[in-house]
Amino acid sequence: MATVVFTQNLRRHVECPTETVDGATVRAVLDVVFTANPRLRGYVLDDQGTLRHHMMVFIDGEPVSDRRNLSDPVRATSEVYVMQALSGGC
Amino acid sequence: MPSLLISTRKGLFVASPSDSASGSGFKLERGHFVGDNLSLAMVDPRDGAWYAALDHGHFGVKLHRSDDRGTTWTEIAVPTYPKQPEGEVQKNFFGLELKWTTQLIWSLAPALDKAGALWCGTIPGGLFRSEDRGATWQLVESLWFHPDRTKWGGGGRDHAGIHSILVDPRDPKTVAIAISTGGVWRTKDAGATWTNTAGGMRAEYVPPELVNDGNSQDVHCLVQCAATPTTFWVQHHNGIFKSTDDMASWTELEKEQTGAPSHFGFPVAVDPKDPDTAWFVPAIKDEKRIPAEGRLVVTRTRDGGKTFETLSKGLPSSFAYDLVYRHGLALSPDGALAFGSTTGNVFASTDRGDSWSLVSNYLPPVYAVTFAP
Repeated sequence: MATVVFTQNLRRHVECPTETVDGATVRAVLDVVFTANPRLRGYVLDDQGTLRHHMMVFIDGEPVSDRRNLSDPVRATSEVYVMQALSGGC
Repeated sequence: MPSLLISTRKGLFVASPSDSASGSGFKLERGHFVGDNLSLAMVDPRDGAWYAALDHGHFGVKLHRSDDRGTTWTEIAVPTYPKQPEGEVQKNFFGLELKWTTQLIWSLAPALDKAGALWCGTIPGGLFRSEDRGATWQLVESLWFHPDRTKWGGGGRDHAGIHSILVDPRDPKTVAIAISTGGVWRTKDAGATWTNTAGGMRAEYVPPELVNDGNSQDVHCLVQCAATPTTFWVQHHNGIFKSTDDMASWTELEKEQTGAPSHFGFPVAVDPKDPDTAWFVPAIKDEKRIPAEGRLVVTRTRDGGKTFETLSKGLPSSFAYDLVYRHGLALSPDGALAFGSTTGNVFASTDRGDSWSLVSNYLPPVYAVTFAP
């Protein structure tokens, strides 16, 4: 099962503990988390279900390449980090 | 005297009435969402609920409601757009790609035709309606799919936005909205159908073919007189316009004749009892957007725009570079005025603008002020 970790900054607004979930892609993994925690979805994805402009997702240290469909593969041992980009701050 | 809700780049601040003889009549009392980008607050006069729109940047736009004047807040639903047609790249009038996603909550208003119903205007140009105090929202498709929307473009931001929502005092199903940039529109059937009502306005930033197009009008703020609801005032990107015939036509005020330092600015407030009295906060147009000669003033007309008085008592007269955004000037039901600026200054007046007192001069940049009864 993949481990999904959310940025601490997000925890200020919505509960999002580290979780271990099944799923073969970023989309599949995040869908499991969001189904259990619906409010979290809108903080990470926009209205069209794509990654928010200034959000980043890393799989085992590599940024995902498909920000629209979130189709990057996730392995059972992967660590998925949902982070803020440095852009978009102030 | 009501409280004053001040929406800023770093939170929502409440100034409460103060009986100190020497002060502004207000005292900063409490901050909410301190550190977060608070783009707009709205008070629903029907049930006293406070609504706060947040723009978290990375995490998107959120909406919260308080039913106890800010003691506790609950996150409610935020308006979201339906699924965009697959494989279709949409662009606005200026050719910029338009994604169907809420970028900013730019206006909130009670929908007075039904208890608990609300209107919400957003960037990139969608109007939403809630029937249940913000628990759920529906896109007003009649406007979003209106063919003229393709003629709308960005004002200060990349995409068009609805910043003014006026429920008509004659009939709550009649609602006027203003769009930057997309003119003025009105429904008389609670949002089922819409008509552009910007005829007579003039845009000086477009080619000649579009100067009088109702969709080209960059309306910065639209207000309506409650006692004489056939009178509307508009602060426009290139001037001040007024309608006295229920928006059948608009007339531009001639700057040279009025004596006002500038006809550029963002906010306008109209006296609810007197359609001829209105207040503006002028700035040098339009690339600089600072007060003329570094002197912060409010202008007031009491004769329907024929002449303007420049009101400066109590306001900084030099080295002031405050800009007041479109929601940054408010008039309370009992006649008090207040405005907040990009410099974080907030001023209030209890004598219709003749004199002003400082509420605070060290707040974050102010987006909006509104009174809470």
